[in-house]
Amino acid sequence: MTAVQEETVAEPIRVMLAKIGLDGHDRGVKVVARTLRDAGMEVIYTGLHRRPEQVVEAAVQEDVDVLGISLLSGAHMPIFKRLFELLGELAEPHRFSIVAGGVMPDEDEAELRKMGVAGVLGQDSTPEAIVAEIRSLVRR
Amino acid sequence: MTVMAPLAERVLRGEQSAVARALTQVERRAPGTDALLAPLHRAAGRAHVIGVTGPPGSGKSTLVSAMAAEYRGAGRTVGIIAVDPSSVFTGGAILGDRIRMSALAGDPGVFIRSLATRGALGGLARAALDAVTVLDAAGRDVVVLETVGVGQAEVDVVSGAQSVAVVSVPGLGDGVQAIKAGLLEIADVHVVNKSDREGADRTAAELCEMLRLGKRRPGQWNVPIERTAADRGDGVRALIDRFDEHLRWMERVGERERRTRRAAATRIRWAAEELIRDRLRPGTGAFDAAVDEVAAKRDDPASAARRLIGQL
Repeated sequence: MTAVQEETVAEPIRVMLAKIGLDGHDRGVKVVARTLRDAGMEVIYTGLHRRPEQVVEAAVQEDVDVLGISLLSGAHMPIFKRLFELLGELAEPHRFSIVAGGVMPDEDEAELRKMGVAGVLGQDSTPEAIVAEIRSLVRR
Repeated sequence: MTVMAPLAERVLRGEQSAVARALTQVERRAPGTDALLAPLHRAAGRAHVIGVTGPPGSGKSTLVSAMAAEYRGAGRTVGIIAVDPSSVFTGGAILGDRIRMSALAGDPGVFIRSLATRGALGGLARAALDAVTVLDAAGRDVVVLETVGVGQAEVDVVSGAQSVAVVSVPGLGDGVQAIKAGLLEIADVHVVNKSDREGADRTAAELCEMLRLGKRRPGQWNVPIERTAADRGDGVRALIDRFDEHLRWMERVGERERRTRRAAATRIRWAAEELIRDRLRPGTGAFDAAVDEVAAKRDDPASAARRLIGQL
């Protein structure tokens, strides 16, 4: 099969953006969703108040390249801990990278990366930086 | 005989991650897709495939979510393919149907996949129906295909379903006008959603009038008008009963067989068109030679095409 060669359009990057727990603010994550869409990506937004179990299941079903978790509640450490526990229980290792976004103290960043978070995008990240980070994670 | 792709075997066992991978492959038409789909096609055909379409804002996602919950309550497994438009300019898309399907999250008996239309590349209908085949082969009892009811591509998509529901809502001006002519004709069931709102009676009456104007043959399926308020689950039980009734009717009169044959014909044609596009293109010797002949006026395009296809 050589059908792909004719149209050399790259496959769009698929990203899931999720809000977990009792965090009712999603203005930021919606801006990120639009930014990524305008950069040519397919963005699946889960909506507010999801459980980690639901997010993992949805990311597997949608077969995304990147799972971005937006957290403004300060509960990022326990939530990511739970998330990685669930990912560890999957029958097959997950193939998506995980990105943390929102408000997180600098000192937690190293800890999050140790858990397996591939990118940490704080509240000051520019749209360009967010797009570049996602692209670099997929290309890796 | 070819050896079955290992991914196909895992799809047939219903493994979630394998189904997800297979759907990605189908969506991208990646190399090996035909080999993957071959055994899945043979295994598929058991699911009841339901198409749900209607204008933006008619509550399709909410309705599909409520339908899935109802099917789960009856012990049936559900697969959902939610089609959303991609931006024509950037190719990007925000796929938001999952937000309205949150009540289903966390139930392995429901598999939801969002599909972007991916602009002008075409082949949406094909990708969507192949995706249905994957979920069907994976053993889902009901597969729901949800798409915005605008444009021919969307009509092509839902016409691959066995039972088609066209959703309208009160208050979209002249309610029935929002439904494109092509959609009215493919509806097996009309749904007036948000029927707790003012104007629902009028919308239902208009639909009824429209249906009465259509030509009818004896023994024909009597297209019902169902009222739902999907956000509260009202009328959804009755709606899925109608789908079951439609399936039984199709089986009784041989319509299921007819639709299966029609779908088979369409899909063979799509596959053939792809084969031809694939083989006949600049860079292959015979094609380039034909281009030389036609450009030099020693041959005409139609004759060259016939000759090339004969050689395939």
